[in-house]
Amino acid sequence: MGQYILRRVLTAIPTLFFISFVIFALLALSPGDPTANLPPSLPMEIKLRVREALGMNQPMPVRYVRWLQQFMVNEPLNALEKATGIRIGDSENRLRITSWTARGKPVIDLIIERLPQTLWVVGLAYVIAVLIAVPLGVFSAYKQNSLFDQIASVIAVIGFSLPTFFTGVLVIQFFAVRLGWFPTLYNTTLRVTDWGTFIEQLRQMAMPVFVLAFFQIATISRFARSSVIENLRMDYVRTARAKGLTEKAVVTRHVVRNSLIPVVTLVALGIPGIFGGAIVTEQIFAVNGIGQLLILSIQSNDLPVVQTVLVIFSVLVIVFNLIADILYGILDPRIRYS
Amino acid sequence: MSITADSASTSIRLALADKRKHRTLWGDAWVQFRRNRVAVYGLLLLLLIILAILLGPYIYRVDPRAINILESSAPPSASHPFGTDDLGRDILARCLYGGRISLAVGLVSMAIAMTFGAVIGLLAGYVARLDNPLMRFTDMMLTLPQIPLLLVAMSLFRDPMRMRFGLEMGAFIMVVSVIGLFGWMPTARMVRGLVLSLKQKEFIEAATNIGVRSGGIMVRHILPNTFGIIIVASTLSVASGILTESTLSFLGLGFPPDVPTWGSLLYENRNYMIKAPWMVLFPGLLISLTILSINIIGDGLRDALDPRQRQ
Repeated sequence: MGQYILRRVLTAIPTLFFISFVIFALLALSPGDPTANLPPSLPMEIKLRVREALGMNQPMPVRYVRWLQQFMVNEPLNALEKATGIRIGDSENRLRITSWTARGKPVIDLIIERLPQTLWVVGLAYVIAVLIAVPLGVFSAYKQNSLFDQIASVIAVIGFSLPTFFTGVLVIQFFAVRLGWFPTLYNTTLRVTDWGTFIEQLRQMAMPVFVLAFFQIATISRFARSSVIENLRMDYVRTARAKGLTEKAVVTRHVVRNSLIPVVTLVALGIPGIFGGAIVTEQIFAVNGIGQLLILSIQSNDLPVVQTVLVIFSVLVIVFNLIADILYGILDPRIRYS
Repeated sequence: MSITADSASTSIRLALADKRKHRTLWGDAWVQFRRNRVAVYGLLLLLLIILAILLGPYIYRVDPRAINILESSAPPSASHPFGTDDLGRDILARCLYGGRISLAVGLVSMAIAMTFGAVIGLLAGYVARLDNPLMRFTDMMLTLPQIPLLLVAMSLFRDPMRMRFGLEMGAFIMVVSVIGLFGWMPTARMVRGLVLSLKQKEFIEAATNIGVRSGGIMVRHILPNTFGIIIVASTLSVASGILTESTLSFLGLGFPPDVPTWGSLLYENRNYMIKAPWMVLFPGLLISLTILSINIIGDGLRDALDPRQRQ
C-alpha cells in the first residue's frame, strides 16, 4: 500500500509543475500590463520603473521561477508565521505575489477573504447532494423500472440538462420574487454574530445551495444507480441469497458496499469541478467567493490574481485525483496489484 | 452509411441478401431506437427546435436588431410573443436568430472534439509505442481546470481574433476552437479502450492473416467498429458545446452582446431578471430544452447501439 501511494504522489508532482507552467506561459502571452491602470499623465520613465520593480522586464522563464518561489515557498512561510506567531527569517523583505489592481494587496490575502463564502455555499451544497443522491440512486436501482425509479430517472435527466444559470433564474423568480421566502441577492457584509444573523445567513444561502445541489444530485444519483444495477447482476449476489442471507444484508452489506467504490471516486473527483461550476452560481446570486474574484480579475486584467486562482484550482484537481486514487486502492485491493 | 461489422462475412451475407430483407447495423439500431418512446419524443422535440430556428426567421419576419424604444421591456403579447428587451427589440426574433449561432457552435465544436478524440484514441489504442505518451497527455489535459481556463483563454485571445476575422466570425472561431480543444479527452479514452479490446478479436486476426496492412486494419476494420460510441459521444458533445458556449456568454466572455446567441441574450438581460423575467426565461428555456432533448437522444442511442440490450 505504501508503495502504491508513493508511486501516485511521485506522478502527481511533475503534473503540478507542468500545469502551473502551462498556465504561466498562457498568461505570459497576454497583452496585460500592470501599468495600464495608472493615470495616463504619469511619465513613461516611472511606468518603466514600476514594471521593473514588478520584474516584468525579465524573460518569461525567470519570471516563472520567481513566481514559483513566491507561491511555493514565500506564501506558505508567511502563512506559517501568521498561524504560529514565530518569526521565520527575513519576513519583511520576502517577496509576495501582489495584485495589480487592489492597491498591491497580496493575492493570497484576497483569496483568503473570499474562501469562506465559496466553501460554505459549495461545500454545503455538495454534502447535501451526496447525502441525498447516494440513497436515491441505490433505491432506484434496487426497484429498477418501478414508478419511483422512472420518476427519479426523469428528474435526474432534467437536473443534469438544466444549466445552473437557468435554474438559478427560475428559483429567484419563484422563491424570492413571488413567494418572498429568501432575499434575491446575497448580502456580502453580513456577519454571523447571533441567532438572528445565523438564520439570515441560512436564508441567503438556501437558493445557491439548492441550485448547486440539484445539479450534483442528478449526476451522482445516475452514477450510483448504474453502479448498483451492475452489481445486482453479479454471481456473488446470487450466492449471498442462496446461502440464506436476509434481503437487507444482501443489499446493504454486499451490493451497496461493492457498488459504492466507484461512487466514492466520482465524489472525490467532483470536488474540484464544483469550484469551477460555482463560478456561475456565484455570479447569479452575487456571492463574493473565489469564482467572482476570478471573473473580476479577468475583467480588470489582474494577471497575478488570475494566475494564482487558476493554479490553486489545478492543485485542487491534482490533490483530489490523488485522494480518489488512494481511496480506490484502499477500497478495492485489486487496483493496487494490477 | 452502411458499414458491415467485418468484411470477411460480407460474401456470405451477399448470398443470403436475395432471400431475406436486407438488414444493416444502423437499420437495427433505428428499430431499437424507435421502441424507446422517451427517446423518440426527445428526437421530435429537437427536430421541432431545429426547424423553428432554420425556418422561423422566414415566417416570423421581425428584424432581431430593430430598436423600438416606445415598446421597451414589453411583456409577452400578440405582437411580441416572447416580449421585448430594454431597447424594444423582439425577443422571439432574437431567440430564433441566436439559436442558429448556438447550434452551429455545438456542431462545429463537436466536430473538432470528435476528430481529435477519435484520432488520438485510435492511435493510442492501436500503436503500442504511442499509447503511454498520448494517454499521459490526455490525463494532463483532464487535470486542467476547464471552465476557469476557458474563461481566461477567451479573455486573452478574443480581441486579436476579432481584429483578424471580424466581430462575429472572430468570436465564433475562438469559441468553437476553445470548446473543441478542451472537449476531446473523454472520447479519446473511450475509443482507446474499445480499440484495445477490438485488437484481440478474431476478425482482426483473420484480416492480418490474409495480409491486410496495419493502416488498412486501423481504418477499414477498427475505425468503423468505434462509430457506435463515437456517435453517442458526439451527440452528448453537441449538448455540452451549447452549454459551454452559453455559460461563457453568460459570464460575458463568449459572444459579444450585440451578437445574439442564447447565452449572450441571458448575459445582456441578466439585470432585468427580476423586473422583466421573460427576457431571460425564453432563451434559458430554449437552451434547457435543446440540451435536454439531445441528452435524451444520446441515452436512447447508447441503448440502441449496444448489442447486449437487443431482444
